[in-house]
Amino acid sequence: MSELDAARSGKITDGGVRRKTPGRRADARARNHPAWWAFLVHRLSGLALAIFLPMHFWALGTALHGAAALDSFLAVTRQPAFVFAEWGLVTLLAAHLIGGVRILLIEYRPWSGLRKDLIALTAGGALVAGLAFALSLTL
Amino acid sequence: MNAAISGWRVQRISAMVLALCVSVHLVTMIVVVHGGLSAGAILARLHGNAAWGLFYAVFVLAAAAHVPVGLRRIAEEWLGWRGASVFAASLLVGVVLALAGLRAVYALIGGPL
Repeated sequence: MSELDAARSGKITDGGVRRKTPGRRADARARNHPAWWAFLVHRLSGLALAIFLPMHFWALGTALHGAAALDSFLAVTRQPAFVFAEWGLVTLLAAHLIGGVRILLIEYRPWSGLRKDLIALTAGGALVAGLAFALSLTL
Repeated sequence: MNAAISGWRVQRISAMVLALCVSVHLVTMIVVVHGGLSAGAILARLHGNAAWGLFYAVFVLAAAAHVPVGLRRIAEEWLGWRGASVFAASLLVGVVLALAGLRAVYALIGGPL
């Protein structure tokens, strides 16, 4: 049983006195490093992309009713809020891609450690992809 | 957990396919988005094009395999939803995504102009 599980089940005590917030100290230390933030970004970007995907498929599916139907949807997406969301999703997609490649390299290649260089590459690569998309939008 | 239903390997194999597809998709988006999208430009590029059709069909199927496993991990770890019911729900998500995605591919490649 891990310390956290033990704490949750109330079995951990400090000298007979139960901690006020079991496991909290260990959590804060375990999470305050680049690999945990990389995990969180990967998970949240994946969640955002998963929510976006059905809408994306539905939007493209409007082409079944002809080019005019797709165009009338695309006209709606020219509103600033849509363009901003689109830019955000492109950036998150790039982050999820490079962060995912980092996971594959750690798991399938003979490398060990947190590969902080790849975490930096994820942040930099996502920024580059987002900026390139934004630049292309305005040209 | 049973390795066959944990989805770990499905997640990784689909991720390898998606790494290639998403790279192509990102470059394509940046190239074609110039000044905003138009249905005419999208359909001119895709309609009747079997190569793009095959690419997007593979992309859709890889995503439909990848997404449910990720969502299931989140449901298990953050919501505490485990067992057969969450597995069945994730399977349903995958099937719906695959059908919706292939429908979209068909709309762009073989649909009306």
